[in-house]
Amino acid sequence: MNINATLIGQAIAFALFVLFCMKYVWPPLIAAIEERQKKISDGLTQAERAGKDLELAQAKSIERLKEAKSQAAEIVEQANKRRAQIVEEAKMEGEAERLKIVAQGEAEVESERSRAREELRQQVSALAIAGAEKIIKRSIDKEANSDIIDKLVAEL
Amino acid sequence: MTAAVTATGYIQHHLTNAQMCMADGGIAFNHACADAGFWTWHIDSLLFSVGLGVFFLAIFYMVGQKATTGVPGKLQCLVEMTIEFIDNSVKGSFHGRSSEAVAPLALTLFVWILLMNSFDLIPVDFVPEAALRILGVPYLKIVPTTDLNITFGLSLSVFAMIVFYSIKIKGLSGFVKELTFQPFNHWTMIPFNLVLELVTLIAKPISLALRLFGNLYAGELIFILIALTPWWTQSALYVPWAIFHILVIFLQAFIFMMLSVVYLSMAHEDH
Repeated sequence: MNINATLIGQAIAFALFVLFCMKYVWPPLIAAIEERQKKISDGLTQAERAGKDLELAQAKSIERLKEAKSQAAEIVEQANKRRAQIVEEAKMEGEAERLKIVAQGEAEVESERSRAREELRQQVSALAIAGAEKIIKRSIDKEANSDIIDKLVAEL
Repeated sequence: MTAAVTATGYIQHHLTNAQMCMADGGIAFNHACADAGFWTWHIDSLLFSVGLGVFFLAIFYMVGQKATTGVPGKLQCLVEMTIEFIDNSVKGSFHGRSSEAVAPLALTLFVWILLMNSFDLIPVDFVPEAALRILGVPYLKIVPTTDLNITFGLSLSVFAMIVFYSIKIKGLSGFVKELTFQPFNHWTMIPFNLVLELVTLIAKPISLALRLFGNLYAGELIFILIALTPWWTQSALYVPWAIFHILVIFLQAFIFMMLSVVYLSMAHEDH
């Protein structure tokens, strides 16, 4: 076990190896490792953020759905109300129309009746005159008594 | 192993490095280097250690060049797991002002030592026997961390960085003050403090190197001893020891890396 020049050779080799390692081996490898670590941590943060975003979006969609449902219910209710209103209005209109038609019919009937009565009166009067004429023709001058006849007719 | 070889010879053979030195104006090997002294090179340790270092850096470099920030492949996953493991360890125990060098240093130390240690799991005779039969190499030790030179080469480099950062952060005077006015802040205690602090300082690289070397050397020795037992006990002993040794391999690489980071962190602390 003698110490000899091998020691120097080993020391020189060691120095060269360390220098080589320092210059060409360590920097690229540690850079790659750190780069990847950064990538991974970035990826994790992003994934976390995406998860949060998703949660948020889900909550929002649920809220929107609720809103839409309540809106739909409101619309349906409004429509129902409107329908009832329309039906009510139509009913009222129909009633008014009916009353109007009935009134019209009554008026027509009335006018028809009064016209018929007038006609009847005239015919009766004419008949009465004719009868009277025939009677009087036998007895008296027709001309002299016409004012009395007229008076009678007006009284009818 | 052949029957002709004695147990002692076998063990010694397995614990001897392939040596190379300059002798008589040429390159000489092994026994010819017996008196070359300091200028002997353990070429097997260097070969495997540098080879594994290049292997590690080549893979990491390749992955680094093709690194995608998207979904990584399996190899990139493995590399990134290692990087993150080191990065977390360094962030957990290095409190100095940001030093670009510490994390790559820790990565290099950890993976490199882990790879060198893991050669301990290759059965002790496989590679040396093959080298002998095919290449005619008489001695080959394939686990570089069982060579004190290798562990000291690493720990002394770390030590140099400790001293460098101590002076860089605290200034030379600050570093000297730290060595002389701690733990007892009185001028009469300066020599005592100096001795204490120097021992603490020097103990760092020595303990680093010896801990790694001791663990792996002991482990390797046990593997060699197991290889000496009859063939039918070998697997029964080898398997549990190898499984246990996986822990040692990882743990020692981790401890070396961690302590280096802690020492460098301490060097960055300004009192």
